[in-house]
Amino acid sequence: MTALVVVVTLPLLAALAVLVLPERARVKLALGSVALGVLAALMLARAVWQDGAVLLTLGGWAPPLGIALRADGLAAALTLMSALVMAAVALAARFEMRTRRVGARAAFGFWPLMLLLWGALNAVYVSRDLFNLYVGIELLSLAAVALVALSGTAQALAAALRYMIFALAGSLLYLAGVVLSYAAHGTLDIGLLGERIPAHSDALALGLMTAGLLAKTALFPFHVWLPTAHAAAPAPASALLSALVPKASFLILIRLWFEAMPDLASPPAILMLAMLGAVAVIWGGILALVQKRLKLIVAYSTVAQLGYLFMVFPLAGGAGSAQPWSAGAWTGAMFHALSHGLAKAAMFLAAGICIAAVGSDRLGDLRGLARQLPMTSFAFALAAITLMGLPPSGGFTAKYLLMTSSFAAGQWPWALLLAGGGLLAAAYLYRPMAALFAREARVTARPIPRVWQAVPLALAALSILLGVLSATPFDLLQIARPEPAAEGL
Amino acid sequence: MSAALPVLILLSSLIPAGVTFFLAQDSHRFRNMLNLGGATLKLGLIIWMLRAVADGASYEATLSLAPGLVMLLRVDALALLFISLSATLWFLTTIYAIAYFGTKAELSRFFGFFSLCVAATTGLALSGSLISFFIFFELLTLSTWPLVAHKQDKPSLAAARVYLAYALPGSAALLWAIIWLESATGPVLFTDPPDLSTLEPGALRAIFVLFIIGVGVKAAIVPLHGWLPTAMAAPAPVSALLHAVAVVKAGAFGVVRIIYDVFGAANVVALGVGLPLAALASVTIIWGSVRALQQDEIKKRLAFSTVSQVSYIVLGAALASPLAMIGGLVHLIHQGLMKITLFFCAGIYDERAGIKTIAGLNGMGARMPWTSACFSIGAIGMIGLPPLAGFVSKFYLGLGALEAGAPWVLGVLVASTLLNAAYFLPLLYRLWFLPAAEDTTGDDRAPALIGPAVVTALATFGVGMLAASAISPLGWATLIVTREYGP
Repeated sequence: MTALVVVVTLPLLAALAVLVLPERARVKLALGSVALGVLAALMLARAVWQDGAVLLTLGGWAPPLGIALRADGLAAALTLMSALVMAAVALAARFEMRTRRVGARAAFGFWPLMLLLWGALNAVYVSRDLFNLYVGIELLSLAAVALVALSGTAQALAAALRYMIFALAGSLLYLAGVVLSYAAHGTLDIGLLGERIPAHSDALALGLMTAGLLAKTALFPFHVWLPTAHAAAPAPASALLSALVPKASFLILIRLWFEAMPDLASPPAILMLAMLGAVAVIWGGILALVQKRLKLIVAYSTVAQLGYLFMVFPLAGGAGSAQPWSAGAWTGAMFHALSHGLAKAAMFLAAGICIAAVGSDRLGDLRGLARQLPMTSFAFALAAITLMGLPPSGGFTAKYLLMTSSFAAGQWPWALLLAGGGLLAAAYLYRPMAALFAREARVTARPIPRVWQAVPLALAALSILLGVLSATPFDLLQIARPEPAAEGL
Repeated sequence: MSAALPVLILLSSLIPAGVTFFLAQDSHRFRNMLNLGGATLKLGLIIWMLRAVADGASYEATLSLAPGLVMLLRVDALALLFISLSATLWFLTTIYAIAYFGTKAELSRFFGFFSLCVAATTGLALSGSLISFFIFFELLTLSTWPLVAHKQDKPSLAAARVYLAYALPGSAALLWAIIWLESATGPVLFTDPPDLSTLEPGALRAIFVLFIIGVGVKAAIVPLHGWLPTAMAAPAPVSALLHAVAVVKAGAFGVVRIIYDVFGAANVVALGVGLPLAALASVTIIWGSVRALQQDEIKKRLAFSTVSQVSYIVLGAALASPLAMIGGLVHLIHQGLMKITLFFCAGIYDERAGIKTIAGLNGMGARMPWTSACFSIGAIGMIGLPPLAGFVSKFYLGLGALEAGAPWVLGVLVASTLLNAAYFLPLLYRLWFLPAAEDTTGDDRAPALIGPAVVTALATFGVGMLAASAISPLGWATLIVTREYGP
């Protein structure tokens, strides 16, 4: 229970503290709190692993009077993954600020924003209250928009503005849905909403909330803000934005559809969500294929990869409990969220190293860079394996679970999409890899410390390990998973 | 011990691979010791295991991943046949590669992926479940890509791209087939064949086709063979490994596993998919030989010859009769020995005398006698002259074809033998009977390059001469077929 309190409050307190500290102490405090946060996340995961979901009712008042925080297996896994990504990002940011002049504003602003974003993420992961979730996601969006704008270039400001418009519109839609739901049921607690007496306004409320969250998750066709925003931010910030931020709004969607109002899941609604996901996989992949800059390729790949997550809606429980992979699709989608988080962060951090080395991320300028940056290039390749869904990575486990469920449920077209999406990923990731591993010998690249290079490599290796040792994370995700995950919507 | 041994064998190439990546480029001595040490250790472990398995011991190691994903390493006689081949040839190729590359650039990367590739082949051989087979199959694809691209010039990179463009859709087809099958039968272990009765015959045929597409890309079955000749841009040790044990053989091994351990020979016959596959294999045999005739580059000619030869294994498996099965299995070994001899020699001609084309071979017999002698043995073996290795394979394939009631296969074998002779004999004629051009240089005073070639050439002789003994590849193949698939 202590761990649960720590993961939520520590980043927020640290974010406030770094504001008043001088520069040296600021970085030290940020790094220290990240280390502590990783520890707390590990302890939380252990507690969940041993005793099941950890529940905390604030002030001892149970909902609907009070507010509950609850870490189930999914929340614990996401918290841990985020903490690891945070640690890597903090290290990479420290190296980047040492080697490159990033400007006083960026050097000052990055740390509190990063910590704020982290606190908001953790709050969203463990909140059980629709309004708390609103606060969390709003805080998250503000921190994310500020991170995009951090470099202060005209391009970055335009991207940030576009992002903010989408994020605010999304928030308003979500809030409207929350208000409708509260008016009908008098509670905001997800658990209690699951037992509510259905009201006429429920469908509208769920629709509004879903629309708002889709805009924040950047699902097609709401993805237009994502690539420019993620490409404009400094590389460590992009890693956070791409790997973690969309997962928060996706998690709220899961909480809404699988826990609060699973009874509202009608076949057309499910089909529409999945179709949007399918279009995202294909459209994001095609756009990634034609980009000329590394960060844009990686950003469009996020658009595509987020699409897979939405396969969970038609496929969850598809196999029925008689199959060995009961709840396979639900777990598969969550596996995908985890492995994509690790791999995508690794890719953006690797891109950051490339930019630090040659001052550009145009594919043409990166040619032959593997000779100078073997570890970085290797990290990129490992992360690419996860994103393509090749074994033995975590991405493969995710894809396997989703594909088996789609066959077992007799919905094989989704499996076709998964297989095709993997090939598309191979195609668009091949171009940066071919550039990195080209023969041209570069002499202009700036040397990069090996420790910095090891950071994305560690993350990428983790995303592979997630597949090699998939039994433990699989079991963790099963802890206190909602019933419709096994039975289907 | 029974769980540790397969894991140890896998680690004997996985650990050198992992360590080699992090070695400095110029720590030649340590890297060579590490790789040779791993190869020697593995060979020792396998010899030990061979004796135990002949006495009926079995080894198994399981690692449970997410539900449905069973990583099972298991030693059976078929696994052992493939793994002994790969361990022996890995050892020889390592010696050859160390001599071939000397102190060239990027060797840590090369040997790292080289060992990883062997680890993948080992894992593939030891796989006891479809999913672990798939996982190592993919690992093989990924670890051979950097080897093909190793020179990093335009042709190599293009070849590597073509390789992936064939391999990745192939693995998508394979994964599709596996998941389709397993969604009806549950996880498939090779020890107990899945119950196929829950699937319609039509669906089963479709699954079979997908399986064959999946592994057929690697086995270079026409029309999925296009990547193999382009992959010749890779350095000679890579080609040797690719053609003899690693990629192509993995595909052929996969065909054998799928026919005998997933579907079962009886089902393949009942579904009526065996004969079409045998026909496709026959087309590949003839087409590969015809294309080989048209090539002027030595390595390209050898590549098309591989396309043709590997399909003997597919043919043997597809005919689904015991004798044909023996012929196919034994060819898995024989083709490996002969082809690696030829590629070793082609590499020596290129490296020591700069010879890449057939015309350059004129009169080299006198100048490079060791190389030329080995090359000749390999070529004659390929043609299938008794008592060399190739003859044994073809003999059993022929008998098996009659047993399976497909006498037309004899015609294919005869035609292929004639074609083999047509594309190999001119080379031998040039080597030994034509005068050398004025300006030829080169010699074969490079024991570390010649040694491996001599060993494999002698083995080509040996496995043919000693075919009747129990420890010969033929003996093992017979053991496998009688023990696992009934007499």
